[in-house]
Amino acid sequence: MNPGFTNHFLLPLLRGVLQIAILLLLAPLLPGIVNRVKAWVAGRRGPPLLQLYYDLGRLWNKGIVLSTAASPGHLVGPAIAWVAILGSAMLLPLGPGDALWSFKGDALLFLYLLALARFCTASAALETGSAFEGMGAAREVSFAVLSESALITAILALAVQTGSLSLTGMLAPVPNPSAGLLAAGLFTVLLAENCRVPFDDPNTHLELTMIHEVMVLDHSGPPLAVILHGAALKLLVFALLLAQAVLPLNHLSLLPATGCLLAAMLVITLLVGFAESLLARFAFRRVPLLLTTAFLFCLFALLTAWKGVS
Amino acid sequence: MNPDAPFLLTGNATATPWSEVPELPLQQLADATSEALAEGTRLCAWFGVAEPGESATRVVCIVADDFGNTLGIARSLPARTGYPSLTLRHPQAHLFERELFEQHGLRPEGHPWLKPVRRTGPAGPEMLPFFQVEGGEVHEVAVGPVHAGIIEPGHFRFQCAGEEVLHLEIALGYQHRGIEAATPGGPHPATLCQMETIAGDSTIAHGTAYLMALESLAGIEPPLRAQWLRAIALELERLANHTGDLGALANDVAFLPTSSACGKLRGDFLNLTALLCGNRFGRRLLTPGGCAYDLDDARVARLVAGLRPALAGVETAANWLWEASSVRSRFEGTGTVSRQQALEMGLVGPAARASGLVRDVRFDHPAGWHRFAQLPVAVWPEGDVFARARVRWLEIQRSGAFLLEQLAAPPPLEPGTGSIKAPMPDLQPDCLAVSLVEGWRGETCHVILTDDQARFRRHKIIDPSFHNWSGLALALRGQAISDFPVCNKSFNLSYCGFDL
Repeated sequence: MNPGFTNHFLLPLLRGVLQIAILLLLAPLLPGIVNRVKAWVAGRRGPPLLQLYYDLGRLWNKGIVLSTAASPGHLVGPAIAWVAILGSAMLLPLGPGDALWSFKGDALLFLYLLALARFCTASAALETGSAFEGMGAAREVSFAVLSESALITAILALAVQTGSLSLTGMLAPVPNPSAGLLAAGLFTVLLAENCRVPFDDPNTHLELTMIHEVMVLDHSGPPLAVILHGAALKLLVFALLLAQAVLPLNHLSLLPATGCLLAAMLVITLLVGFAESLLARFAFRRVPLLLTTAFLFCLFALLTAWKGVS
Repeated sequence: MNPDAPFLLTGNATATPWSEVPELPLQQLADATSEALAEGTRLCAWFGVAEPGESATRVVCIVADDFGNTLGIARSLPARTGYPSLTLRHPQAHLFERELFEQHGLRPEGHPWLKPVRRTGPAGPEMLPFFQVEGGEVHEVAVGPVHAGIIEPGHFRFQCAGEEVLHLEIALGYQHRGIEAATPGGPHPATLCQMETIAGDSTIAHGTAYLMALESLAGIEPPLRAQWLRAIALELERLANHTGDLGALANDVAFLPTSSACGKLRGDFLNLTALLCGNRFGRRLLTPGGCAYDLDDARVARLVAGLRPALAGVETAANWLWEASSVRSRFEGTGTVSRQQALEMGLVGPAARASGLVRDVRFDHPAGWHRFAQLPVAVWPEGDVFARARVRWLEIQRSGAFLLEQLAAPPPLEPGTGSIKAPMPDLQPDCLAVSLVEGWRGETCHVILTDDQARFRRHKIIDPSFHNWSGLALALRGQAISDFPVCNKSFNLSYCGFDL
């Protein structure tokens, strides 16, 4: 076989397929770990680690019930959101492996893809004409204003710190003092963006208090499976972003870097589980306070990075 | 209570000949009731008794003077037409008047919101127009009767401006089973079973209230040991439900530690109840004239041995709740019902005590074993979710101490017979019996009127939820709609007890 073809086409293709497969297959494991931590703290046996995989399989084989008020947008929304989240995941490097897709300024695309996913989920929720889903969508986008500003500031801080405009470059930090601030800010954003306690309660059945869960209340069957998988993937994206924004993994060789990244993901997931086990949920009026705090953490990280450069 | 008022003064769990109950025209009864309520008494019951063979109705009024430890009873002459509404002067009468209108067609003139309370007719409560707030920003949220969780059916209609609730209207009646309609001509063999399932979580409260009325109609009193056993079962019921409620409150704010622990501890208390009679909810423990089973010394010892660790467990779990600042910030200042509102709406039970009202049937109108052994009334002043949680915790401690004290010194068996059950003579004809029991939700009231054949003519049941649902609607005013679940749980009212 032509070695040029192998090196320039076949290997990158194989690597890309492998990387996407890892992302897609690994994502549903994270909520499983969170649930096991919660069960362990509560003294319960808890659901199997792979419960979400079983759920996804079950939902995929089910039929769809549609609200009479819904237009095709109700079904298209979750699909676009899923693709957008996957696209944002492809922009992230995976420890030693480069991002599948990288160019100057791709950080902006990353932010926009996440915003697009949110827009599609919220508009699909509004499709049903239910008061609950309208409330959920309103809450989701109101809190997003604050959590997005924190995320943008964090990315700015990384850009200033590394002097790069692409996520691959940004997520290869040198050890620096702003890492702690950035970690605190991004972890809070992770909790808010993924609707975990103290911002939202993924386990509640109370439709009046939900944010994310209420937006998907009227979805069923395969679209619901797509939404659940998308949510798990989003958690993975934020965990990857957080781990690589803080840990200087690029100085390590392949195996230690992979090990460190996996360990960091596990630690982040455990932290989410413990936060969920030991904290009560905030009242909605106090959520902006916490998100503003996250924004300030990121802002100070930005200032620290700036001062370090000059 | 004013001794000149046209009310027959009596006590809890007593029977009165129907002819001795003062009777006066309906308008005057309404006025006299209004005066009595203005003097600080409380409306326990306001219901109709159909006159045999006529289309007329007599209204029976029972007011409670909590400080004088007396009940006042009066009745109206047979009436066919309406009367000036009490609700305008005393909001606590509003559901009673709606119920009277629904059941007997006596129209309270000037009642501000005259809708049926249960789904007994073709036009159920959810079919009629709801109170609406107008304005550009106002939107309506309809919740239920089918909910996302496994709870009872009820319909809640919120008028909201953004996340703020301006008004909440509650429409119930989905579980109307016709319990009151099943009792005339009774007691039937199934009546006690039906009473135990009015609200399944208040089996002992409703069972005891019914049997106390029945026994006072028969003119007997159960053996002391049976009364003691009933008091123990009642406190175990309170412990199980209050513990479950603390856990449910924690669950609603996603505070896992207390939620998980209390779910298990509630089961422990239910298992202790099963020690008494083999059923975790206390079914078939009670029987006319006493109790079906005695509690022998070995089981007393097992009960005490099980009670101590369970109480210690609740203490640990409750302390997690009080010490978590994230929980306190959710509970404090949420869903406040002021003392004045609680007084005006006639709230009962922990909901009233959490608004600073010293109101407890075990203390105010003691009957049965509570005449000999008392519990301090647990009161907290703020009236918010925190206060309602806190009152439950205080009551858990006091019920626990009461149980340990009582189990240490069981009264002896009846000398001579050694039975835990007194023989039941025939009921007295044409007699009215009233009994109140402080269930874990509050005052559980049963009123039974016998006919000339000594069969039941009218059996009126008032679950504490009947008094308290309006309190929940008030608590929601000006709150965030997302706080509704935790407010609702802090009251934890019964749907089926209300719907009957």
